[in-house]
Amino acid sequence: MKHVVKIMALLVAISSIWVGLLQTSIIPHSHTWLLPIYFVVSLGCYGLLMVGIGLMRFPTCPQEALLLQQDIIEAKEFLKQKGIDVGSD
Amino acid sequence: MEQRKEEKNKYSIIIPTYNERLNIALIVYLIFKHVRDVEFEIIVVDDGSPDGTQDVVKQLQQVYGEDCILLRPRPKKLGLGTAYIHGLKHASGNFVVIMDADLSHHPKYLPSFIKKQLETGASIVTGTRYAQGGGVHGWNLMRKLTSRGANVLAQTLLWPGVSDLTGSFRLYKKSVLEDIITSVVSKGYVFQMEMIVRASRKGYHIEEVPITFVDRVFGSSKLGGSEIVEYLKGVAYLLVTT
Repeated sequence: MKHVVKIMALLVAISSIWVGLLQTSIIPHSHTWLLPIYFVVSLGCYGLLMVGIGLMRFPTCPQEALLLQQDIIEAKEFLKQKGIDVGSD
Repeated sequence: MEQRKEEKNKYSIIIPTYNERLNIALIVYLIFKHVRDVEFEIIVVDDGSPDGTQDVVKQLQQVYGEDCILLRPRPKKLGLGTAYIHGLKHASGNFVVIMDADLSHHPKYLPSFIKKQLETGASIVTGTRYAQGGGVHGWNLMRKLTSRGANVLAQTLLWPGVSDLTGSFRLYKKSVLEDIITSVVSKGYVFQMEMIVRASRKGYHIEEVPITFVDRVFGSSKLGGSEIVEYLKGVAYLLVTT
């Protein structure tokens, strides 16, 4: 099944629940009409939250830059000995 | 039994290059330093670099052997996807590793890719910069923000099953790479996304290992407005066609 079909099916399921809620009166109608808006807004908030959390917890590795520099020096030494041209790029 | 299986595995490391005369030598040294007790070959797919990258590769072949370093050039810049396909044609291993030539991908992670695959029997092992143990250096706040935003968007819409969609440090079973690459049409980093999403849709077993990514292109903003548009179009395309 294509992925978009899955997403559509999910949306159809959610919509039918919403329509069902409109027809029966479990929740007062004033609230029911606003449910789609609540849904979209909470989805947006969830997205922003995930971005914010991810940004705060973004893994960085400053020590890797140093290690890389050391590796480069080591590599250049070896390669120069073997006669490989390691002039500046 | 396990010992015999390991001895029969061979890893073909495909490295597309364009103007990487220094980096290719460094990366070859580092690969040989870190990948031990494993049979491998390095396939350099150079797109007609004017800076003499191919000459350096030939010198490396003298040092390390022509059976270990294969130079399979192309006449000009023809794109990443076709570079992998070209490299695949010359790959004699049953596993293929793809990685960047500019040392943003460090060969010291190659053993962890190999180990992960042997432990889990996965079809694909992809490096992730975003998991615990991984990381990025050289990105400013804006870059991190767009990366994070792009990732959340793609996760929400595509449910890919991997944490790092645009990464290009990956180990594939050769048959799996051959299977997926023929159905991929995107270019650039959307290509990498399409590869992993299509693999996920086809039900291939995908594992991740944390990697560190040192961005060496300091100061150059690779994320302009056009890149963002390209990305959104790519996600929309993947949403509908995979």
